[in-house]
Amino acid sequence: MSGTTKGKLALYWAASCGGCEIAVLAINEKILDVAALFDIVFWPVAVDGKVRDVEKMPDGSIDVCLFNGAIRTSEQEYMAQLLRRKSKVLIAFGACSHEGGIPGLANANNRRQIFQTAYHDTPSTDNSSGVEPRPKTEVPEGALHLPVFYDTVRTLDQTVPVDYYLPGCPPEADRIWDAITAIVEGKLPPPGSVIGPDTTVCQECPRVRNEKKIKKFHRTWEIIPDSETCLLEQGILCAGIATRAGCNARCPRVNSPCIGCYGPNTGVHDGGARLMTALASVIDSNDPAEIERIIREGIPDPLGSFYRFGLAASQLRRSKRTNGATAAKTE
Amino acid sequence: MKRISIDPITRLEGHGKIDIFLNDEGEVANAYLQIPELRGFERFCMGRPAEEMPNLTGRICGVCPEAHHMAATKALDDLFHVDPPPAAKKLRELFYSIFFVTDHTTHFYALGGPDFVVGPTAPPAQRNILGVVQKVGMDIAGKVLKMRRDGHHLIEMIGGRKVHPNWGLPGGVSRGINEEQRREIEQLGRDAVEFALFSLNLFEDVVLKNSNYVKLILGDAYVHRTYNMGTVDANNCVNFYDGKIRVVGPDGKEHAKYDARDYREYVAERVEPWSYLKFPYLKKIGWKGFVDGVDSGVYKATPLSRLNAADGMATPLAQAEYERFYDSLGGKPVHHTLATHWARLIELLYAAERWVELATDPEITSKEYRVLPTQTPTEGVGCVEAPRGTLTHHYATDERGILTKVNLIVGTTNNNAPISMSVKKAAQSVIRKGQQVTEGLLNMVEMAFRAYDPCFGCATHNLPGQMPLEITIRDPSGQVVQRYSRFVS
Repeated sequence: MSGTTKGKLALYWAASCGGCEIAVLAINEKILDVAALFDIVFWPVAVDGKVRDVEKMPDGSIDVCLFNGAIRTSEQEYMAQLLRRKSKVLIAFGACSHEGGIPGLANANNRRQIFQTAYHDTPSTDNSSGVEPRPKTEVPEGALHLPVFYDTVRTLDQTVPVDYYLPGCPPEADRIWDAITAIVEGKLPPPGSVIGPDTTVCQECPRVRNEKKIKKFHRTWEIIPDSETCLLEQGILCAGIATRAGCNARCPRVNSPCIGCYGPNTGVHDGGARLMTALASVIDSNDPAEIERIIREGIPDPLGSFYRFGLAASQLRRSKRTNGATAAKTE
Repeated sequence: MKRISIDPITRLEGHGKIDIFLNDEGEVANAYLQIPELRGFERFCMGRPAEEMPNLTGRICGVCPEAHHMAATKALDDLFHVDPPPAAKKLRELFYSIFFVTDHTTHFYALGGPDFVVGPTAPPAQRNILGVVQKVGMDIAGKVLKMRRDGHHLIEMIGGRKVHPNWGLPGGVSRGINEEQRREIEQLGRDAVEFALFSLNLFEDVVLKNSNYVKLILGDAYVHRTYNMGTVDANNCVNFYDGKIRVVGPDGKEHAKYDARDYREYVAERVEPWSYLKFPYLKKIGWKGFVDGVDSGVYKATPLSRLNAADGMATPLAQAEYERFYDSLGGKPVHHTLATHWARLIELLYAAERWVELATDPEITSKEYRVLPTQTPTEGVGCVEAPRGTLTHHYATDERGILTKVNLIVGTTNNNAPISMSVKKAAQSVIRKGQQVTEGLLNMVEMAFRAYDPCFGCATHNLPGQMPLEITIRDPSGQVVQRYSRFVS
């Protein structure tokens, strides 16, 4: 970007909660600086949101696209492909597009199970005729269409090539501003990088750390931790030890363990495995059987505890499919 | 048959889409609100430890994560059979009051207010928060920005993060506040009361003193005589954090008043094949289709519903406004959807007053903000009023507290059927035989659903302007006859 020409910026959301949009706004009056530096050519909540206008843009004509949310439906997949084609730089914004995020935990299930729960088994659901949403419904006045709901939640980079990642659920306002500054000043790291510091949450945490010797893990409701000492040392599963910095350790500051929303550090291929390894090294035992017992008793849901935000991006990626689970047309 | 598609390109679990069908006479035959996404929280939370739920379910909505965080935390109290100490309950309600002030502020100034302050027929490009600023002055923009910033600052201070706090636990909260923090919270709370009064005065000057607006509010296009739902305290006053859920009929008479735990006796959800979002209705009345009236189980859960379902407000300034509201609009209940904006400001004032009450409570800095559960978890229900309606979380677990069942009825979902009905009615009032559909249709229809503050417009709460909308009219062969769009630039 030259100093005289405004860049073109697009923002989009897929399977996400809207928190990333709020996070962008949390940069407060700096949003005006963004508006001064960029023409926002696509942002469905704020500017002309016509998809067909994006379709008409020349390929590569958007300088930067911040894309939040995972990919779960045919519509989201289409938008990811479209915006990839139209954008020079595509940034996976926030935990869901980066790693699948919380919605990615649905990869422990499949579409059939999700529909069964949502539309049949939930106790307030009244559905004696067994109706389920479907891509096309004929109503008396015509046909109504819904996007296809896929079996698997995918990250953005499992759908299209991604240039950079901005982690966090959601990214903190300061990190968003850092990224915008890096873009404007042409100081982006090498393509494929996560934009942000490469230390861990522990480095930002004000709690006092001593030698960690854990004999037992506690569920958060089982103990009241002291407010000064490292939570992990007190036996609470805090993911800060294997989670990228950037949030200023906000959760540990209110006595709550890090839940890992910033994902793993550079070079770590599987965040959950990294966290498990880190924990194993602080358990006060050299006996593999005892280590296993300590983990099993104190961490009853290893999948949800180690892959809370990262299941879709992990090497596990999703549960094994059984017959009937692959009806959706994806993959 | 002609079709009008309105694609707001905004979300509740995805985008919302409205299809309006015209018959051969050019009159509205039907309207459908479609929610084209599902994420499956009720399924994938199964197998997770119950204490994860305040954090997991916050990710249902990043605009109102505080509501899910709180409903989940209360469901955990019930699940673990633990009664939080008084200070914990007060801290939670303080936090929740701050959240309500912040959320209602953004709705009124960024989303709902521009229709009135700038005017329903003003050029679309001005009908946004920037237009509000132009109309009423820069100092107001400063007030709104300050209110939002104060709110988010305190939410982070108390709950850990501005978006997605990490604070609630069965039996209390993870951390209390100290005296220095309390003083700041109190001071900003007093500012919030001033801000709420200022906002009500603004509404009085700009809307209520304009006979055209009053006519619009009272006009038939925006009336729906449905049941109304809201949470009330022991005195039947509006409460956001806790109480019994009360439902009143179209005639204002009490239909039900129940504990959160009993919700299944009163609410059921219908599935339609053309939307991923279910349609709740009152079980004892039954589903009779998308119609209003005493025989239809359709109900609303909005700020207006909460006022209708209660006997008053628990704080003095809000109570005075409550009385003025019903005196001005011809008594209870009020069924004019657009009056929801006024009701929202009365709730804003109540939340601000409650904020100050709690911030000056001698117990609020107590260190007794947590007790540990001692009983085996089984099953629990937690309800709060989300800004957009009664929010219900229902969990069952095994004896280790691992979730075996999850049921969620979220705020906007309550209003799924009424929003469809409001859209249809507004469309019927402006689309007439032989008349060309004009740009005016767009905003009239938009206003019908904007009053609900629907959360498929999550992020629109916070931005200049309104939902991007597009209306396409096609002939029976699918050819585009007319196209209108309204976007903020």
